[in-house]
Amino acid sequence: MSAPNNSFDPVEVTPLHPDEVARMREEALAAIEAAADLAELKEVRLAHASDRSPLALANREIGALPPAAKADAGKRVGGARRDIGQALKARQAVLEAERDERVLVEERVDVTLPWDRVPRGARHPLTTIAERMADVFVGMGFEIAEGPEIEAEWFNFDALNFQPDHPARTMQDTFFVEGPEGGESGLVMRTHTSPVQVRSLLTRDLPVYVVAPGKTFRTDELDATHTPVFHQLEGLVVDRGITMAHLRGAIDTFVESFFGEGLKTRFRASYFPFTEPSAEVDMECFVCRGASVGDPDAPCRTCSSEGWIEIGGCGVVNPRVLVAAGVDPEVYSGWAFGLGIERTLMFAHDVRDMRDMVEGDVRFTSAFGSEI
Amino acid sequence: MRVPMTWLREYVALPTDVTARELASRLTLAGLEVETVDELGADLTGPIVFGRVLEIEELTGFKKPIRFCRVDVGDANGTGEPQEIVCGARNFAEGDLVVVSLPGAELPGGFKIGARKTYGRMSAGMICSATELGLWEDHSGIVVLPEGFGEIGADAIEALELREDVLDIAVTPDRGYALSMRGVARDVAALYGVDLHDPAEIEVVEPTGPGHPAEIADTGLADRLVLRGATGFDPEAPTPLWMMRRLHQSGVRPVSLAVDVTNYVMLELGQPLHAWDRDRLDGTVTVRAAKPGEKLETLDHVRRSLDPDDIVIADASGAQAIAGVMGGLDTEIGLSSSAVLVEAAHFEPRHIARASRRHQLSSEASRRFERGIDSRMQVVAATRAVELLAELGGASVEAAYTHLDHSSAPTTITVRAGHAGAVAGVDYPEGTTEKWLRAIGCAVASEGDVLTVTPPSWRPDLTDPNDLAEEVIRFEGYENIPSIGFKGMGRGLTEGQRLRRAVGRALAETGHHEVLTYPFVGERDLDGLQLKADDPRRVSMRLANPLNDEEPLLRTTLLPGMFKTLVRNVGRGLTDVALFEMGSIYLPRAGASRAPLLPVDRAPSAEELALIDAALPEQPRHVGVVLSGAAERAGWWGPGREAVWADAIQAARDVARVAGVELEIEASQQAPWHPGRCAALYVRVAGERLAVGHAGELHPRTVKAFGLPERTAAMEVDLDRIERARTKVVAPEVSAYPVATQDVALVVDESVPVGRIRSALIEGAGELLESVRLFDVYTGEQVGEGRKSVAFALRFRAGDRTLTAEEAGAARDAAVALATERTGAVLRG
Repeated sequence: MSAPNNSFDPVEVTPLHPDEVARMREEALAAIEAAADLAELKEVRLAHASDRSPLALANREIGALPPAAKADAGKRVGGARRDIGQALKARQAVLEAERDERVLVEERVDVTLPWDRVPRGARHPLTTIAERMADVFVGMGFEIAEGPEIEAEWFNFDALNFQPDHPARTMQDTFFVEGPEGGESGLVMRTHTSPVQVRSLLTRDLPVYVVAPGKTFRTDELDATHTPVFHQLEGLVVDRGITMAHLRGAIDTFVESFFGEGLKTRFRASYFPFTEPSAEVDMECFVCRGASVGDPDAPCRTCSSEGWIEIGGCGVVNPRVLVAAGVDPEVYSGWAFGLGIERTLMFAHDVRDMRDMVEGDVRFTSAFGSEI
Repeated sequence: MRVPMTWLREYVALPTDVTARELASRLTLAGLEVETVDELGADLTGPIVFGRVLEIEELTGFKKPIRFCRVDVGDANGTGEPQEIVCGARNFAEGDLVVVSLPGAELPGGFKIGARKTYGRMSAGMICSATELGLWEDHSGIVVLPEGFGEIGADAIEALELREDVLDIAVTPDRGYALSMRGVARDVAALYGVDLHDPAEIEVVEPTGPGHPAEIADTGLADRLVLRGATGFDPEAPTPLWMMRRLHQSGVRPVSLAVDVTNYVMLELGQPLHAWDRDRLDGTVTVRAAKPGEKLETLDHVRRSLDPDDIVIADASGAQAIAGVMGGLDTEIGLSSSAVLVEAAHFEPRHIARASRRHQLSSEASRRFERGIDSRMQVVAATRAVELLAELGGASVEAAYTHLDHSSAPTTITVRAGHAGAVAGVDYPEGTTEKWLRAIGCAVASEGDVLTVTPPSWRPDLTDPNDLAEEVIRFEGYENIPSIGFKGMGRGLTEGQRLRRAVGRALAETGHHEVLTYPFVGERDLDGLQLKADDPRRVSMRLANPLNDEEPLLRTTLLPGMFKTLVRNVGRGLTDVALFEMGSIYLPRAGASRAPLLPVDRAPSAEELALIDAALPEQPRHVGVVLSGAAERAGWWGPGREAVWADAIQAARDVARVAGVELEIEASQQAPWHPGRCAALYVRVAGERLAVGHAGELHPRTVKAFGLPERTAAMEVDLDRIERARTKVVAPEVSAYPVATQDVALVVDESVPVGRIRSALIEGAGELLESVRLFDVYTGEQVGEGRKSVAFALRFRAGDRTLTAEEAGAARDAAVALATERTGAVLRG
């Protein structure tokens, strides 16, 4: 750096001459504009904006100027350097954008490639539909009750008012369990989920609002419409002042939530030992809504053109059952229903053959995923 | 119960425009479920006419004798000339009245009648048999009608009632009365509010004296017996066409007049009858229990050993019928029986039900008796039968007859008038209950709000107030019960229920497909699992009546069913199969005794319930997984990975982790797993270690026995036990201070399980340790023969400060030191 020279005329210092500063500025701006990529721009930056660039060097000469000239020269050089800095920044942005565009295009992949590296599984639709059915009732304030699959005859029959030797007892083809040495065990594979009714009444505080989904067993050979192991959803309400109208309300809520708003249901008088009065429950066919009845040109496969689909049985809990379960029928009344889970799945998802639900072919199960 | 409409209309003034289908829907809603409406003859078209055989020419030279007939059909054929018809039947003669279907007619089953050349002659039409017309089953030849039955050339379709709608009703076990025309008619009359003509309302005269000697040895077996005789009966008298027709429509095969009459009256009144050949009966007719060792050959030619619980009808020579079930062959009414004794009784329903089941013999009679017949119908039915025998078979009815009556007075039911409405949730108008109960035959006396109801003798099912409520509600219409909302007070799913759903989802999301297999297994399955003779899993519950004799046992493990399902999938060309099942297994309790049959007139005591529970097997919920093929598929990303033992163990870990439970894992040897690739799995419950199952690769012999793909892996755990190991999650305090990571590589003997090193590291590292993870296992020259190097990443962190390098180093050293002490591990240099 030169020594201070207060009498020195700034125009005499060549690099600080306005023309020279303008020239260096123009030169730098031109170089910036001419830089074709980020590497060239980096060199331009070194040449024109680094500590050793001509303008930086010129800046150092300012100190040697007389105080009167310093401000003017400083303003001139600083302005030039600021312009160059801005131009560099702008050019950098342009070149980076260009680079990004080019590189990201080059990094393009085929997003339609599969990535089924780990296969997905599925839950069985009977499990998930049973959960969904139960959840409809849970929403109505029911709890889910459970009971054993090998059950005492007393729970499966007697407590449910199936009297010994009554034909109703042989109506359900029962698997009997052998006792030790081939004797009687007093046990059966439960033929329905109804024993859970009695178990619930014996173990829970009143009022009782429960559903019991579960496996049931009857001695039917497997074919397109039968299986020896199947599933039911039992429902039971025991409370004060309970009527069949509430039963109908529960069934209607279930049908509408499962099969569609506004679907009608109907009760038909029937017989079950553990309910009196008893009814079979039909729902309006959710496919044809009855339009196929008597119209041979538009047959309905879902309801066989009957207009109605049978979905289960129900009725007022027989007071004899309440007595066997220790509930005073003078104070409490209730109702119960049983819905077929296989049947519900067959209707809700158009399953044609019972065997598909039994055989465990993963192609069948896959279609249903983890929830139904 | 099959109900021909024409027959029904004889008893019910049903409006003529009510169709069978419409009636069927009304009846179905009211509790008599009409399964089908058989439209007999619906597909039949004329011309079908009466004809007279004028001339028969026997054709010879064929394999069987053939007749060429000229039949007068009047003007029905448009020409008035005799119709020429070739006929193969031989049971008719010139001058007989027959039924002729002319060309253009169509018989049941789509059988079209035309003119064609056959046996060298032109045959224009057909002389019909009963079977061809759908009248009844008869293969003995064509129908020859009694003289005067129809005009020659007149339409036979109407006259023979070839078209008939028949309701087929599935009668529920409580409605025995509906197994009769009379019972169905009563419901129909009530439903339509029309008059009923009760066929039981016939004139019955008191006996002029005792008939055939009889006794009821035990009034607990039968409370009423009627024996009524008819003499001079012509055993060869034919059953009239109308009766045969109705029997056929009702699904009963016509046999002979005497038998047909008893069947007809049974269908009409619901009272099963037995017609005895009186000449073959030896002395007093006794209703008694069978004697030990007593035998009887029944009408179906089966010689049966009788049970002392069977009721028999016996004479001096022994049992002649299993009462209410089937008659004996010796006293069967035959073609020489001119003295007929009609028996009508009211047997104890449960005896009949047991006998029917014991002898596997369900008859029209037993079906009625076990459901409960009209306890006062015996005299009427026997009288009706002998009168028909007199009218149709030329018999004389004996005025003296036997009537033993030990019946008790009918019981009454007291019920509030508003009970039915309270049950239904409907406000029925006053008098509704009385109206309907009277319509079905009850006597009703009312006193204020309380009704005293005496059910009719044909409704033994009506015993409780709710039985009466059902009658009222069904006639008021089940369809008119309103739908009312309500709200329970449930507390949602239990912890276990939520856990099981979560386990299912977790396994599905990690690639497993759920299956629901049958619980039936056989010895062969247990052998295939390579279970030793004393393996506790061989102790299983056994079905008394299995569907398949090869599979009488109930599963003690989920695996066999899952193996078979996996094999089925592989057999269908699916190579990568991962299955899971969640379900109960059944473990008999040692020394379990028979489950007691408790009373039902009160709740069981705690002790009684404990007895039942002690008789039930344990039924824990298990989860199983079987794996074969690729766990990860090959693809454009690179090679795939076969499912191995480790995937099975990981599946078990995943199940436990859903419950927030860490499994303890040890090498083990347990069938059906590979002895070197089997893990025993444990949980801790209140400090106690509990075995929950096993996982690993299957034993090659098991693989072979079940036909599984090689190296199939499997696991099975007791989900109930895992659930018991659940503990409440206490939220961790999450530190925001930096982590200090330390990797250690340890060289150990190859036999040292990694799990042991890991626990030692965790214990030794102390509470600064945040996590530890194995990231490498190396064997090779660098560590020497029989040795392996295992590398762990340890992460340390404190909750209140940044750890210094010295602190982290000290914790690591402590971890290594304990690993060295426990497993001989050497820090790899």
